[in-house]
Amino acid sequence: MAFLELERLTKSFGAHNAVDGLTLGVEKGEFVALLGPSGCGKTTTLQMIAGFVEPTSGAIRLGGKDLLAIKPARRGLGIVFQSYALFPHMTVAENVGFGLEMQGVAAAERRTRVGETLELVGLGAFTTRFPRQMSGGQQQRVALARALVIRPQILLLDEPLSNLDAKLREGMQIELRQIQRTVGTTTILVTHDQAEAMALSDRIVVMNQGKAEQIGPPHEAYERPATPFVANFLGKTNLVNGATVRPERISFAASGLAGTVRTRIFQGNHWLYQVDTASSLVTVIRQNTGEAMPGEGDAVHLAWEGRA
Amino acid sequence: MKAAPYLLCVPALVLFAGVVIVPLAMTVLLSFHDWGQYKGIEPVFILKNWQEVLGDSYFHEMFARTFRIAFFVTLLAALFGAPEAYILNRMRSPWRGIFLLVILGPLLISVVARTLGWALLFGGNSGLVNKALMGMGLISAPLPFMFTEIGVVVALTHVLMPYMVLAVWASLQRLDPQVENAAVALGAGPFTVLRRIVLPQVMPGILSGAVIVYALAASAFATPAIIGGRRLKVASTLAYDEFLNTLNWPLGAAVAVLLLLALIAVIWGANRLVERRYAQVFA
Ligand SMILES: Nc1ncnc2c1ncn2[C@@H]1O[C@H](COP(=O)(O)OP(=O)(O)O)[C@@H](O)[C@H]1O
Ligand SMILES: [Mg+2]
Repeated sequence: MAFLELERLTKSFGAHNAVDGLTLGVEKGEFVALLGPSGCGKTTTLQMIAGFVEPTSGAIRLGGKDLLAIKPARRGLGIVFQSYALFPHMTVAENVGFGLEMQGVAAAERRTRVGETLELVGLGAFTTRFPRQMSGGQQQRVALARALVIRPQILLLDEPLSNLDAKLREGMQIELRQIQRTVGTTTILVTHDQAEAMALSDRIVVMNQGKAEQIGPPHEAYERPATPFVANFLGKTNLVNGATVRPERISFAASGLAGTVRTRIFQGNHWLYQVDTASSLVTVIRQNTGEAMPGEGDAVHLAWEGRA
Repeated sequence: MKAAPYLLCVPALVLFAGVVIVPLAMTVLLSFHDWGQYKGIEPVFILKNWQEVLGDSYFHEMFARTFRIAFFVTLLAALFGAPEAYILNRMRSPWRGIFLLVILGPLLISVVARTLGWALLFGGNSGLVNKALMGMGLISAPLPFMFTEIGVVVALTHVLMPYMVLAVWASLQRLDPQVENAAVALGAGPFTVLRRIVLPQVMPGILSGAVIVYALAASAFATPAIIGGRRLKVASTLAYDEFLNTLNWPLGAAVAVLLLLALIAVIWGANRLVERRYAQVFA
């Protein structure tokens, strides 16, 4: 039996099922990502676990106990909201200490734990600042510290990095992963960014229209997508002669599927090609190794593993 | 330097000077003129009116009453208006619009009509309000509402409440709804969420609503005139009387200017307080 269990969890808004019979088990210490396009029901799922949305049907169990019977304020979960939802009228230390205060932790211990947690997220020097005086990335860390300091049974992250710019996001991904490893908290991440989900999580749940299309390790879902939707959502795909092939698996060879390069785009670490073939337009990604590559209009032959 | 922007401001400035600055300056000037029962207004420069207004205990009492009434009106408006706005904000879609209209609707009705309504409810010992209060066993003898401060406070609070509700409502709109959920997830009960999370964030709204209500209550005319009558004078009804009944315009002008100065001081002070207290947090 898994630590957290969602069983045929369903939420309907009128006739529309935002979450539709979702079943999922999360092990203790595991990092699971709910991945899917906007509106597929990720946030609703998270809000049901947190207790802010009541399921239409289904069950949620945490450590074998019925979570739905417990009030949101008593569930002891750490939540990082997409908007961060920091308390604007409180300093960083007051924000982070609020949960401990609610638990009745004594002031001295509170100060120690707030300090430790802020160190963990790299904000040890910012205790007296107000949220408005901090950058998006720093506010993000405060929100993370506020959720972690109460030593939650589960950490719920709703698109925590989507408000950061691309560079900062990558840095935060690495940091988030390290922090989660350090504290070992069971974590559920909601995101629409497949790179983020694959980079961070032990397993991903690819969702579409309220249903889980595939649950498994990122690598497995990428290599062996259960449905065309999963294949497309996790990365670029080509449909060549009825077979699905990832663009980076296709190489230029002396013989193979004949075609002509229509466009060639340089993207730093790789080249992105679109090749006209007899059957379809094929996308090809080749690593930039410094060697000379075919140019636009060149005749090429495409080869990939599994192709005779 | 370009002249065009300044030239374009001229019409508005002329209008502003014409309708605000000039009459105001003339009122200030008037308050230094002399007046006599038979000689009328004499354009001389004397301090008689100011000495009277600042020195006579009658005026002290009247100004104290004016600001006491304004204070209690503001307090009541905040006490009832802030929760009203909060409840309104939590209502669902059709009801929210309907009740917003119910609350703001009175603004469309003349103050005089609304106050006369209160006069009818208060009127005499058999007024509806007294009957209701006695019927509920809250009081044993009828309370005097007409021509009393309590009556003026009650009626003015009703008249000015929408301004408080609007100000608090506006600051509630800026609240991130997830912030309340964040507090709940951290273990806060409903009352703690209200006191520690919501109230501090709408405090600037309550304060700005309070400044508006205070200023309007202290300078209100129709309601104190109808409910307070001639027995219970406040600054604005007194100035009115001096201008139109006694015909002592200079004295009336001194009262009016003093009321204006006191209000400016209160508003300025409140603004300073809000800025100093909240600049860091809500920049
Ligand atoms: N309170 C609500 N009332 C009606 N529909 C809602 C409500 N919340 C979410 N939905 C709908 O449920 C679906 C899933 O929403 P959500 O869980 O927020 O998606 P995601 O987080 O994956 O983008 C959407 O179609 C959304 O419009
Ligand atoms: Mg969402």
